[in-house]
Amino acid sequence: MNVIDLKRMANQIRQDIITMLVPAKSGHPGGSLSAADILTVLYFQEMRIRPDKPHWEERDRFVLSKGHAAPVLYAALAEKGYFPKEELLGLRQTGRMLQGHPDMKGIPGVDMSTGSLGQGFSAANGMALAGKMDGKDYRVYALLGDGELAEGQVWEAAMAAAHFKLDNLTAILDFNGLQIDGTTDEVMSSAPLPDKWRAFGWHVIELDGHDIEALLKGFDEAHRVKGRPTILIAKTVKGKGVSFMENAVGWHGNAPNAEQAEQALKALREEVAQLG
Amino acid sequence: MAEKQATREAYGKALIALGAENPNIVVLDADLSKSTKTAEFAKTYPERFLNMGIAEQNMMGTAAGLAASGKIPFASTFAVFATGRAFEQIRNSIAYPKLNVKIAATHAGITVGEDGATHQAIEDVAIMRALPNMTVLVPADGVETRLAIFAAVKHQGPVYIRMGRLELPVLFDENYHFQIGKANILRKGRDAAIVANGVMVAIALEAAEALAQEGISVTVVNAASVKPFDKETLTLVAKEVKAVVTAEEHTVIGGLGSAVAEVLAEEWPLPLVRVGLQDTFGESGRPYELLEKYGLTEERLVVAVKQALSKADR
Ligand SMILES: Cc1ncc(C[n+]2csc(CCOP(=O)(O)OP(=O)(O)O)c2C)c(N)n1
Ligand SMILES: [Mg+2]
Repeated sequence: MNVIDLKRMANQIRQDIITMLVPAKSGHPGGSLSAADILTVLYFQEMRIRPDKPHWEERDRFVLSKGHAAPVLYAALAEKGYFPKEELLGLRQTGRMLQGHPDMKGIPGVDMSTGSLGQGFSAANGMALAGKMDGKDYRVYALLGDGELAEGQVWEAAMAAAHFKLDNLTAILDFNGLQIDGTTDEVMSSAPLPDKWRAFGWHVIELDGHDIEALLKGFDEAHRVKGRPTILIAKTVKGKGVSFMENAVGWHGNAPNAEQAEQALKALREEVAQLG
Repeated sequence: MAEKQATREAYGKALIALGAENPNIVVLDADLSKSTKTAEFAKTYPERFLNMGIAEQNMMGTAAGLAASGKIPFASTFAVFATGRAFEQIRNSIAYPKLNVKIAATHAGITVGEDGATHQAIEDVAIMRALPNMTVLVPADGVETRLAIFAAVKHQGPVYIRMGRLELPVLFDENYHFQIGKANILRKGRDAAIVANGVMVAIALEAAEALAQEGISVTVVNAASVKPFDKETLTLVAKEVKAVVTAEEHTVIGGLGSAVAEVLAEEWPLPLVRVGLQDTFGESGRPYELLEKYGLTEERLVVAVKQALSKADR
């Protein structure tokens, strides 16, 4: 996909997020919207995947370590054709496929069940290690939240990934500065971040997580780094694309009502129209 | 009876009162203070509130150190993360040294609802009950929660208090007596007994009423104190009925059902049916739809009592 098409897709994914959260009546818009551009670049450009064969052994893997952002993953998977888009409207409802947090048993395209913060990153390490053992060239991607970084397990995994020289692993940090109880600086500061990751043996790339071209370049660079894992520290805006949700901590885990959703969708449609 | 309150709400209120009367009360949370309802304490007593970030293991270990230095820490997060993520910290840094940490876990059980299986603790009581030195409390409404929280402070040693997200009917008034290690008989019958706790107590009372309409008379026991478990009361109750049913919003393996089975097997064997999650995880959905789907309803309890009684007739 070219950059304009990727921008259109990111917009569509944002619309899907808003649309599915209305009937769900609960869920996490803020952290889903902040990662929409990242997932768009991964699923529509970067990753080697076959939606018709979700368990294809040679596929690249994606682990949503910040599992509460399930809506952005489900939107990307549906747009990619892993399952019908109508399923999005069953999100979080009794007996339906799309669980509140990613469920690898039941949802085509979900590579790892997540939801308990910190755990997905270790699983991504395991997938990268298996790839090395089997001499396969697939790559593994893991998306982390900045609040999530407070989990000790994240740093256990960071240390192990460098120790095992997992250059087939790329982590992306959704660096939106917010968690639930406030800003990450208020709740549990993780500064200075780039220094920490470098000290843990990682190749660090800092970029704007809403800049499609920067993301493409970042992933490209990660490909070329040998002997150690790479992290993209992607500066993002929580709630990006929906003005009243942007940088608003209250939109971490609340679904919009129909009226709010209409307002958000209208703005998103106008934005995509301007792309031409 | 029309009044409703989530047990986590009652917890938040109890903390404010405790904070005023006891300067040693310290509250810790792991980036969930709005949900666990410790946020009000944080506002009222900011110097005695520690937001540990999303780091439950460090929270439990820190609580242990605070307790070892004379504080009475309440460590709060969702039940899954408290007992799951931080299990070994609880085991080796809190239970083994018998430190005075109160683990106040909210969002237990499938009534968490839409967040789904990853966030629904269905095994926390089993895990905590297996730990030496640990006291395990599962209150049924806001009133009992408040009493349980106050009792936990009086008790010297680790206490696990299991609370929920969902609003529940208020069952008790201020005359209600709560004691760690004591079960409460809420209703007396001759045919069968339902032993319940937490969310299932209100449902058990409804089932007993429905069964009474059919001429089956049922005792209802509220076993909020899963550990220490009130053997004496259960044995006395068992001697007066023909069968027992347990009701818990938890897997039937290792929790209240198991505690009752153990006592009955050793003291007064009787037919038993355990109502709860049948060795399965939950899923996303609305809380009452999930209770229905997983058989945690008045209707299911009515059937279970009849099943238990039919075993007694064999
Ligand atoms: C182990 C664990 N503890 C707590 C939670 C509850 N929780 C869900 S999202 C969240 C905040 C996440 O913040 P961040 O990682 O910054 O995500 P984002 O801002 O991208 O949404 C918390 C505390 C959880 N899911 N897992
Ligand atoms: Mg964040």
